[in-house]
Amino acid sequence: MSRGISQSDQPVERAGDGTDLFSKFDGIIALREGLLASGQEDPFNLVMEKVLSPTRAICNGRETILLGTYNYMGMTFDPDVIGAGQQALTDFGSGTTGSRVLNGTYQGHRECEDALREFYAMDHAMVFSTGYQANLGIISTIAGKGDYIILDIDSHASIWDGCAMGNAEVVPFKHNDIEAMEKRLRRIPEGAGKLVVLEGVYSMLGDIAPLKEMVAVAKKYGAMVLVDEAHSMGFIGENGRGVVEQAGVIDDVDFIIGTFSKSVGTVGGFCVSNHPKFEIMRLVCRPYVFTASLPPSVVATAATSIRKLMHGSNKRAHLWENSKTLHKGLKDLGFELGTDEPQSAIIAVIMPDLEKGAAMWEALIKGGLYVNLARPPATPANMTLLRCSLCAEHSEREVAEILAIFEQAGKQVGII
Amino acid sequence: MDRAAVDAKIRELAEPFNKKGIEIKEDTTFANDLEFDSLTVMDFVAAIEDEFDIIISMNQQAEIETYGQLVDAVTKLQAD
Repeated sequence: MSRGISQSDQPVERAGDGTDLFSKFDGIIALREGLLASGQEDPFNLVMEKVLSPTRAICNGRETILLGTYNYMGMTFDPDVIGAGQQALTDFGSGTTGSRVLNGTYQGHRECEDALREFYAMDHAMVFSTGYQANLGIISTIAGKGDYIILDIDSHASIWDGCAMGNAEVVPFKHNDIEAMEKRLRRIPEGAGKLVVLEGVYSMLGDIAPLKEMVAVAKKYGAMVLVDEAHSMGFIGENGRGVVEQAGVIDDVDFIIGTFSKSVGTVGGFCVSNHPKFEIMRLVCRPYVFTASLPPSVVATAATSIRKLMHGSNKRAHLWENSKTLHKGLKDLGFELGTDEPQSAIIAVIMPDLEKGAAMWEALIKGGLYVNLARPPATPANMTLLRCSLCAEHSEREVAEILAIFEQAGKQVGII
Repeated sequence: MDRAAVDAKIRELAEPFNKKGIEIKEDTTFANDLEFDSLTVMDFVAAIEDEFDIIISMNQQAEIETYGQLVDAVTKLQAD
């Protein structure tokens, strides 16, 4: 239980006339208290007491189907993956206690990078301690003063934070709008360095980017292209390399950023690239250098999982089936969805407002189903969303059960 | 284009975003007086960028709080 955020806001008495630096959070504190005052179960304070499988857990005392964990390929309980982690824990200990550039590169980190190079068929792979740090580090390091970053306005927080941490000029364009992107590229002063940042799958609505067209435009203006494929790895594209592979542009992309915390089923982040000078990143990228490396057990599980994902075509097919069934089922029940057709393993159910969204979330959790409640400012257009992410291990029966829980909750809350 | 002409053009572009019809003066702020949220800012900035064929990066936007500062910035950018 996270006691810190369960406490009510205490009046602060301060010596002198200094301002309480926390007063800037009063708005969100009030919003949260208002929501919980109605007896609502807290959507941001859920505890998983026991995890039964990639698709089931005991949450707040109830057996719950997990439909919001990004565990797309269900690798978290794979016996080979667990075995590799246990062996590494025994052989190499619980942690590295060091940076990758000092004492924190073990055999397992190298093997994990080898697995990534093979998975993507690329020359270089660099493993970070989280996916967030991979974006933060690569973006802030390669785009410097006088360079331009052109990015989609719906980009993930880690991309925005990478922009904020660096010194480049930051130029956003309207979500998935090829023309808006081209106009901005055209206006960039001659000779300036250009980095276009895109995502394969946008995680809020589960829609994909028109990468074929966008990458072509970026190349036309001489920009380097970075694509975040966090939500597509292992699942989209013939070899699971992501939307870049599905769109046939993987060879035109300069950097792919990814994570181990979704399909791979552990934690960590990475960047793969064919850039001949890429290895210098290991010395100049601060979020890579100034943090401890991943524990040996984590890189061992990641490497094993990545290698298994190379041969996951049956699982991929089943995940697509699940995604299609759930999308159609929810649509038929009368829910408003983020995309007209299923484009990824994320299906976003659009709620009329935060109150109804929170009530719906509660009805679902009490009915035995966990989804993500997403609210502004993380969401586009200030929407409140119930985000569902499917797993290849969800059975047909579970998907039917999910739809039944949605139907009951939707009627109870008065959304359908 | 001189400052007065830029001012007239931006006023015209701001109109559809100024939903409450608030009078725009030099010291009118976008966040507080006009209550522009981040999406409105993006659409408004895009309209100005397209009209003047310029880029107003997020870094430059961060320095612009009032209407007068915006007109100054655009006047300078389109003259460059």
